[in-house]
Amino acid sequence: MSTLLTADMIRKWAPVLVLIGLVLLFTTINPHFFSLRNFARITISSTPALMVAVGVTFVILMGSIDLSMEGTIAVCAVLFALILNIFGGSISGIGWLAIPGALLAGAFLGAVNGIVHVQLKIPSFMASLSLGFIGIGLSLLITGGNRILIDDPVFRSLLTFRIMGFPLMVYAALLCLMVAWFIQDDTVIGRNFYAVGGGEDLARASGLNVGRLRIIGFTLAGIFYALGAIFAVARLGIAETETGRNFMFTSITSVVVGGTALRGGSGGVWSTLVGVLIVNVIGNGMVVTGLPDYFQDGVLGILVIFAVYLSTDRRSLSFIK
Amino acid sequence: MFELRNVEKRYPGVHVLKGVDFSVGDGEIVGLVGENGAGKSTLMKIIYGAVQHDAGDVLVDGENVHFRNPRDAMKRGIGMVYQEQSLIPNLTVMENIFLGFEEPFVYFGSINWRKMAAAARKQLEKVKLNISPSTLTSKLTFAQRQLVELAKVLTLEERTEGKLVILLDEPTSVLSKEEIDLLFTLVKELRRRASFIFVSHRLDEIIELSDRIYVLKDGVVVDTIDGETANAADIQKKMVGRDIHSQYYREDRQSSFDKNNVLLELEHVTIAGRGNDVSLALHAGEVIALLGVEGSGREPILRTIFGMQKPEKGTIKIRGEPVNAFSAARSVAHGIAYVPRERKIEGIASGMNVFENMTLSQMKNYSWGGILKVPSERALARDWIHRLSVKVPSENTDCGNLSGGNQQKVVLAKWRSGGSDIILLDHPTRGLDIGAKEDVYDMIRDMSQDGVGIILVADTLEEAIGLSHTIAVIRDGEIRQWFTCLPGSKPSPFDLIQHMV
Repeated sequence: MSTLLTADMIRKWAPVLVLIGLVLLFTTINPHFFSLRNFARITISSTPALMVAVGVTFVILMGSIDLSMEGTIAVCAVLFALILNIFGGSISGIGWLAIPGALLAGAFLGAVNGIVHVQLKIPSFMASLSLGFIGIGLSLLITGGNRILIDDPVFRSLLTFRIMGFPLMVYAALLCLMVAWFIQDDTVIGRNFYAVGGGEDLARASGLNVGRLRIIGFTLAGIFYALGAIFAVARLGIAETETGRNFMFTSITSVVVGGTALRGGSGGVWSTLVGVLIVNVIGNGMVVTGLPDYFQDGVLGILVIFAVYLSTDRRSLSFIK
Repeated sequence: MFELRNVEKRYPGVHVLKGVDFSVGDGEIVGLVGENGAGKSTLMKIIYGAVQHDAGDVLVDGENVHFRNPRDAMKRGIGMVYQEQSLIPNLTVMENIFLGFEEPFVYFGSINWRKMAAAARKQLEKVKLNISPSTLTSKLTFAQRQLVELAKVLTLEERTEGKLVILLDEPTSVLSKEEIDLLFTLVKELRRRASFIFVSHRLDEIIELSDRIYVLKDGVVVDTIDGETANAADIQKKMVGRDIHSQYYREDRQSSFDKNNVLLELEHVTIAGRGNDVSLALHAGEVIALLGVEGSGREPILRTIFGMQKPEKGTIKIRGEPVNAFSAARSVAHGIAYVPRERKIEGIASGMNVFENMTLSQMKNYSWGGILKVPSERALARDWIHRLSVKVPSENTDCGNLSGGNQQKVVLAKWRSGGSDIILLDHPTRGLDIGAKEDVYDMIRDMSQDGVGIILVADTLEEAIGLSHTIAVIRDGEIRQWFTCLPGSKPSPFDLIQHMV
């Protein structure tokens, strides 16, 4: 019994230990790594990634997968920039409408994703992958392949205005994380995500409307992708199709490395925060210690395999498809 | 020729086999009986190599062996005919028979199908099955598949030296009477070629077929009985370890139900794909047991009442109101509860804790505007943990780590606390130890007293008789016979079995 407990404890706290270990490792190699300025850099790059990863966490908790984030982010980013520029170019004016606009677009794309998956009974990975490509195409259609520049100083203050060394967007993202935490722990839909991921048949036999719940899950994910898109635009000052690039691998990596099980039912947004930090600390640490950045993807790949290995209870699996 | 000496097996927290001695002679048919949880399946798994023993010896022809996997066991002539059929449905019969052993038919990497078909035909002859080896397995009946499995195991004859030992795990559960007779004749003939270990819940079959019968209880062989002189009541007593008396099922607490209060009514309902006609009425405080052999159509009736299947014809009335929309959500809202047989899959969400499991079906009562009221959830869980004396450290314990009995209590608490008064119990005591079973029986009596109507699919005949007010015997999807089951004048298993098979 005691061996089981320790195995569970290791599984639970391993991501945090890995994060601490990585920080110590990079600090020994290069002491400059351990500085407020560098930590600010890490958190800035983590901010959009955190929103996207939190979004996909909800979907993974249900035991589904969502690969549409790159397309959704591209569409939301581009729409956000367009609306902002049409309505005077500043969110201090009526340009603020760009924010609910982008969130609505994200929710809409997520809902479509969920409806296609549930109503047409298409596996979530295929449905979302296809819709991701549609999103990328859609954003190219909107922009014609051009970049849209944002030079609203109020909006850019998300990056430029700093409190205790960290820019505003970091605090905004933490606020969003709190909201996600609240949804996860204190709402019926949050609880139901775990129930569906833990046992779909059970959830159905308990009278839950599983199909509707899945659609809600994908919609919620879409909203968080839109938040990720807004932060990504705030960080670079540019909105384009490329804004969504690389988010698919890094967000799912973060969720898995953080300890949320791909089969669903266990994990959560705090695990995802740890996962996002691990991924970004590795990215930053590679640069700070002067390792070539193509190493980064390799290391992340190994980390994912390791994380999945650690998080699955293989005794319960007879074979894996 | 095959022998286990003092074999031990432990899993974390359980001592499953406590020094088991077991032997099979040449051409002998050995029966193995025991209640659920007695250690039967672990013993079998050790015999055919799926599980490794912790201590003791396994001997084949006096030689100490150690099987790392079923293939090792097969090399020594030990084969298994699985209860849940292990044939792959999208392969042909011959591919299944030689699955994993295709080498003799392979020339330069490609399979000589004609040669394989000829070899397969030879195997099928052994079991007197006249089908083409290239038939897709999914096209066969259950009985035919069972025979193909047997043929598959018999291929060991050509591959191994020495005699075979073949395990038959509940081979009759899906077969009709004639098919069972056929199988038994075949087994008796095949004993020239092989010894058999026969595992079944049906004592009459075990007695009919076996030369010797091992009775397993709590991981110990409590007795070995000669097949000639064995009788079912004796064996039963030994399996349970004491006489089953009426007190066991709390018959003294069986009170009469309210005949004027009909909770649920089925009027000429045709279950999807069954072409049958089922009518029944469930009253407040009544326990109706649906009795029948495996596959006789008890579960589809439960699933239809619960709204997981739509009936083809007929009406279902809940408290007099006809039901029009069929879904589990609707049923739960109308106070119907379903305690499924597969507790791990449909009963308990492992990974979720006790209070989360209890409120899962009634979150409307524990939330406001979609936001959960966790403190009242906890209070509810603590209350029910106390009322049903669930053995858990706290309401925060992960339900996946509880024992089967405590899981079942959590499931029942979930439905009872939500105010469900039509409760469908599918094998509620499966896999529970005796103490936990008695707790469940008590809970059933408590529920009756509170005016809950229960439809029960029991684990054993005796359980159904002991617990119910009314018994409906089901065969081929139809209710064939009704029995009233008043304490003191309950029908005997013999009365019932006649209508079951």
